[in-house]
Amino acid sequence: MRPLAVPASRVRHEEKLLFAALERRGVPYVHLDTRRFGAELGRMPDGPSRDGPSRDGPPYAAALNREISQSRGLYASLLLESWDVPTVNRSEVIGVCGDKLRTSLALERAGLPVPRTAVALTPEEGVEAAERLGFPVVVKPLSGSWGRMVAVARDRDAAEALMEHRAALPSPQQHIVYLQELVDKPGRDIRVIVAGEDVVGASYRYADGWRTNAARGARSEPCPLDPELAELALAAAQAVGGGVLGVDLVEGPDGPLVLEVNHAVEFQSLQAAHGDSLDVADAIVSHVLSLIHDDGAPARREVR
Amino acid sequence: MTRTCPECEGPVELAEPVRLSEIAQCADCSSELEVVGLEPVALALAPEIEEDWGE
Repeated sequence: MRPLAVPASRVRHEEKLLFAALERRGVPYVHLDTRRFGAELGRMPDGPSRDGPSRDGPPYAAALNREISQSRGLYASLLLESWDVPTVNRSEVIGVCGDKLRTSLALERAGLPVPRTAVALTPEEGVEAAERLGFPVVVKPLSGSWGRMVAVARDRDAAEALMEHRAALPSPQQHIVYLQELVDKPGRDIRVIVAGEDVVGASYRYADGWRTNAARGARSEPCPLDPELAELALAAAQAVGGGVLGVDLVEGPDGPLVLEVNHAVEFQSLQAAHGDSLDVADAIVSHVLSLIHDDGAPARREVR
Repeated sequence: MTRTCPECEGPVELAEPVRLSEIAQCADCSSELEVVGLEPVALALAPEIEEDWGE
């Protein structure tokens, strides 16, 4: 069997669990450090030219992309896909999940419940968009994670100050303003992990503040997966293209809403909350192996 | 396995099996460290978090 590729520049607790799961199953794999990963187009790594007569197929049976950098992760998937390696997650999925507006548009197209959301193409217009949406509003960067640079504006004065700061940032992308209503949630949100068609598990994430990211120290507890939550999480994952994904839901006054979908999902806190009753890494590995034929050749590309 | 923190020279415990590019934290100085070699196991300061890092 050709090895599985696991692109990752940082081996965190999650990657150690994934490596251990692969080893338990006897699956050969290669850890690709993306900081030392590159390729000439049209040429397989350490192999013949794509056009050469001795081309013998993709170098890896499949790839599980665990890169922490959005940019390196996106381009690693693009390169692997160019070699016909079934890759999780696909570059298209990373592109959607790595941009909150693209995610929101995909969720909206799928008809899924989401918080009221607005976008303004300049910080100046962002103040007016916030006013129209109604305070309090949450202002988020289009890309980014772990709750960084996310702020709440409770009135127009706060929105104006926030937009002044955004206008002063050097990146033009930071001048695009993405706003959402601040959902009146019960001090927690819900993280659901989806792997292909399998809804693997869920956890509540409790925090004293309004941000409930595990990276900001939120406390995780097991969340029972009722059919409504599972169906919504699976639909959200499929709306962005499917794969191994972390779907964040919030319990609004009228029912659950989809906040975002994460393509490089961290699951340390969810795994710790469930203990031995759940094996997230093994479920992820199981999904990746479903893309490979018994003879070790790639079976199919990641599917929607 | 115990190695020395390259920042403060305090002891750093690493759970086996140790993996290349694995991230560890020094209990003494809180530095984030990366395993940069396996034979022998070697530690260096881990890269700073970049703007596009996340999940």
